[in-house]
Amino acid sequence: MSTESMAWPSTTAESRPFIDQLHEWATTVDHKRLGILYIVYALVFLVIGGIEATVIRIQLIRPHNNFVSPQVFNRMFTMHGTTMIFFVVMPVLFGFANYLIPLMIGARDMAFPRLNAFSFWMTAFGGLLLYFSLVGANGLYGAGNAPDVGWFAYAPLTSQTFSLGHSTDFWTLALLVSGFGSIGTAINIVATILCLRCPGMTLAKMPLFAWLNLVMAGLVILAVSPLTAAQIMLLLDRYLGAHFFDTQAGGSAVIWMHFFWIFGHPEVYVLVLPAFAFASEIIPVFSRKPIFGYPVMVGATVAIGFISMSVWAHHMFTVGMGATVNTFFVISTMAIAVPTGIKIFNWLATMWGGKIEFKTPMLFCIAFLFQFLVAGLTGVMMSAAPFDWQLGNSYFVVAHFHYVIVGGILFTLFAAFYYWFPKMSGKMYSERLGKLHFWLFLIGFHLTFDFMHIPGLLGMPRRIYTYEPGRGWDTWNLIVTVGVFFQAAGILVFLGNLIWSYYRGETAGDDPWDAWTLEWSTNSPPPAYNFASIPEVKSRRPLWDLKHTDDPDWKYE
Amino acid sequence: MNAISTTMPPPELQWKLPARGRVGMYALIAAEAAIFTIFVVAYLFYIGKSLSGPRPRDVLSPPIFYTVCLLSSSLTMHLAGMRLRGGKVPSFGAWLLLTITLGSVFLYGTASEWHRLIYEDGLTITTNLFGTTYYSLVGLHGFHVVMGLLGLTTVMLFTILGAVRQEHGERIEVLSLYWHFVDAVWVMVFTVVYVIGR
Amino acid sequence: MQSRGSTKWHPRGSQILVCVCCTAAAFADPAPPLSPTNIFAPASTPAKSIFGLSLFVLAVTGAIFLIVFTLLLYSVVKFRKRKSDDGREPPQVYGSNQVELAWTIIPILIVLALFMATARVIASVQKQARLDNAIEVVAIGHQFWWEYRYPGFGVVTANELHVPVSDDHHPTPTFIKLLSADTDHSFWVPRLAGKTDLIPNHPNSMWIDPHEAGVYLGQCAQYCGTQHAKMLLRVYVQPRADFDRWIQGQRQSATESSAASQGQRIFETTSCIKCHTVAGTVANGHFGPDLTHLMSRETIAAGAAKNTPENLRQWILNPDAIKPGSLMPAMQLSDQDLDALTAYLGTLR
Repeated sequence: MSTESMAWPSTTAESRPFIDQLHEWATTVDHKRLGILYIVYALVFLVIGGIEATVIRIQLIRPHNNFVSPQVFNRMFTMHGTTMIFFVVMPVLFGFANYLIPLMIGARDMAFPRLNAFSFWMTAFGGLLLYFSLVGANGLYGAGNAPDVGWFAYAPLTSQTFSLGHSTDFWTLALLVSGFGSIGTAINIVATILCLRCPGMTLAKMPLFAWLNLVMAGLVILAVSPLTAAQIMLLLDRYLGAHFFDTQAGGSAVIWMHFFWIFGHPEVYVLVLPAFAFASEIIPVFSRKPIFGYPVMVGATVAIGFISMSVWAHHMFTVGMGATVNTFFVISTMAIAVPTGIKIFNWLATMWGGKIEFKTPMLFCIAFLFQFLVAGLTGVMMSAAPFDWQLGNSYFVVAHFHYVIVGGILFTLFAAFYYWFPKMSGKMYSERLGKLHFWLFLIGFHLTFDFMHIPGLLGMPRRIYTYEPGRGWDTWNLIVTVGVFFQAAGILVFLGNLIWSYYRGETAGDDPWDAWTLEWSTNSPPPAYNFASIPEVKSRRPLWDLKHTDDPDWKYE
Repeated sequence: MNAISTTMPPPELQWKLPARGRVGMYALIAAEAAIFTIFVVAYLFYIGKSLSGPRPRDVLSPPIFYTVCLLSSSLTMHLAGMRLRGGKVPSFGAWLLLTITLGSVFLYGTASEWHRLIYEDGLTITTNLFGTTYYSLVGLHGFHVVMGLLGLTTVMLFTILGAVRQEHGERIEVLSLYWHFVDAVWVMVFTVVYVIGR
Repeated sequence: MQSRGSTKWHPRGSQILVCVCCTAAAFADPAPPLSPTNIFAPASTPAKSIFGLSLFVLAVTGAIFLIVFTLLLYSVVKFRKRKSDDGREPPQVYGSNQVELAWTIIPILIVLALFMATARVIASVQKQARLDNAIEVVAIGHQFWWEYRYPGFGVVTANELHVPVSDDHHPTPTFIKLLSADTDHSFWVPRLAGKTDLIPNHPNSMWIDPHEAGVYLGQCAQYCGTQHAKMLLRVYVQPRADFDRWIQGQRQSATESSAASQGQRIFETTSCIKCHTVAGTVANGHFGPDLTHLMSRETIAAGAAKNTPENLRQWILNPDAIKPGSLMPAMQLSDQDLDALTAYLGTLR
């Protein structure tokens, strides 16, 4: 194993030929490199998914628009949703988890490095498989057009009768394949956290980042598997003549919904828990205080994990499940608001009495707090089932979940990028460009997603390629579309900042933020072996202890 | 600055964490259990809902003998593991071979049952909801038996080639966890298909 | 790089606040209507029950928002690092059990209150007993149109639902059974009720009792394929006498008209009759809408176009021009045949 720093290919002229470097990256089992592969992969698909969203919004900028045909539009929203969830957010979160968990727990790598590589390449292949569906010459066997059944692919729209050709099969297979990758990563995360912590780091002393990813991994194991099962059933229906979802043979369309949402709801907690992890690491450092209420934060996380497995049918309030069943899912969904709210209060209390520094990572985290508050409250609104009978399947829902995923998860993701970029690259990003990105994206986000709630309240359903004038939806749709361009500008500034700073940024040093977890104790970027010798810890903030030997944390915890 | 030693832990404070092989296997078993649960739920949901065609009680008879074979193979696997941990490699090989044989007999049983159902009773996966759920659930289990047998056979090969030694006991234990899981799933499938469903 | 210690104004927070207040005020304003599909302008009991619940929920969540928003804003302003900072770390506070208990118990109580209010409305809407004089309708969703049957009256029609006005003292609600002929759909007329899905092999039911006559709009709210967007809903709420007259009209067979017999011949000898029904003739197809009283409707193609001779002609010639991806094939007819056919359809009142 080389003793040189191994992160990105070096920018100085090296004697090693490019093909060798490529080979190293393609065959790596190092968690840091795999993390970066996941992250770069996700960024590429972020741009593609963003283009799909832009096409959608241009089509909807005015009623009866003709920018794209209904067939193309239906493919756009299917691909946008599928891409963003499975090939952007999940990979980027797995990437950060892979990169940071071993460093934060004082280990040399993940528990199963080869499984790690296998999982990444499965996920990557899944994405390519999904997009192969676009390769559309009619003569090309097996190829056709992109899937157009919605990201949730309700039966019986996905049966051979209503979904001719192979586009639905590409959707199914791509997610099946990447699902195996996700489960592999989750197994790896669980084994790493439970088995490879450095001496002294009990579960009660590990960073919240590790706790949140541990619960996330547990959810992946329990929730992605039902999707795998449902997709196998769908393939059996489509190709072997099975009748799982065949309503003509007495089968049930509703059972697909149950299976899908048993996956789909925990899935959104899979997406959001790592976002909470970022916030829980960044907010304390930039408030100069420890996280408020660590044990309660752990408890709330575990509670969210459990409760999230019992709320799924709140996506099905309009399906006709009966009053008793509806009522159960109302109470379980409202219940999950309690631990989630507790987390917001704890972050607030962390900032309270602190000395807040408004660096770019913190700006994104502060915006996250306001936005996640709104997102959670619109969720509470929809948990009241009768209210959901109006709001469900409308643009109010679209606004709500984009508020969570963009306003919550993407904002903390940006914070994480800026926060750990110095560690991963050894360079400092441009703070001016970072702030420009923040303001551009903030304005765009609010233009689009604040006003998107209104057409929902005025009766505009989802997944429609055009709409009637005279329903009062026109102006709002226009404003929503305008916001897209601000967001696109923000993303361009972001990507430009990353690339420019990687080549021209100032050297960052090991610990540019004066932080307290183990990853800041090693070089930037870390050597292949992470630590010269495995550390031993006595508290939740080992570097605080080292920097404040008169006043270490372990005296107070 | 790479090391964060404060003081060495006192000798009696051991830092012992679970073995990663076991934890990984338990996590895999949890994922597989979730997949099976969905197929079991579909099976239970569709009991009695077929619009036509043979019903379970018309064509199914509980495969007692083959079930005994499969469940015994868990016992033989456990015994094999004990032999290996005790250093008795040839004995381990013998019990392992018996396990593989019992598992294969079970697979033969499933195959012959399917042959009868298809060619004599006219039940296929497309016949009705019962056919759909039966073949998919039993088939999924059978697929996992095949996977397990592949793993066991690979170890058998290594044993014959002399590559397996006493210190591999823990790894064999991890593999046998998978085999026990496959058997436990059969208990569940048997109950649902041949007891409840009939 | 130093952090700026100047006051940080958060336009996003107040922007949201202003938004919520203005739109809430605008929504609650009944005239002139902001939108014919405004969920905050209920005209029927289920929609009104939902509206009442929604006000309560909005009040509670609004209050929570204001409180937490203010606290967040305050903390970000008050506890920012000043330029004159002495560089020492602030007091390191790890937690407080009392505070944690407080902000656990209070949300639990709020959740209980919200839950009880919600459970009541669920029961009142979903457990409504059927009245004897209720109008029974069976709605069948198709790709991409609505079929309506009135079993009590022997009427079959499409796309435009007629119901009588319901009076609080003598209620005549309409109970709608929801079925599907193909894939999932959803019946959503916001001013009359929440949406309920139409799922094959899973009959659902809903009810409405509109208090004011008029036309109420909506559309399919569950993605059902290419033309999901143009599966529009029109509900005509009429005084009882008008409703009865409409029913009588719909029950008649198609009237014979010699002038349009050439068109009728074309209709009956091309594949039209394979999909469409015209009562009293040989046309008995069920895949497409019943055309017996086509001219009694204001729109065609489930609301995608106004029911005019030009649109009708265009629809027959090339449906994709109006509703691309709809399941009606383009009928390859000559101009003369097209004119005759359109004239015939014009007699189907």
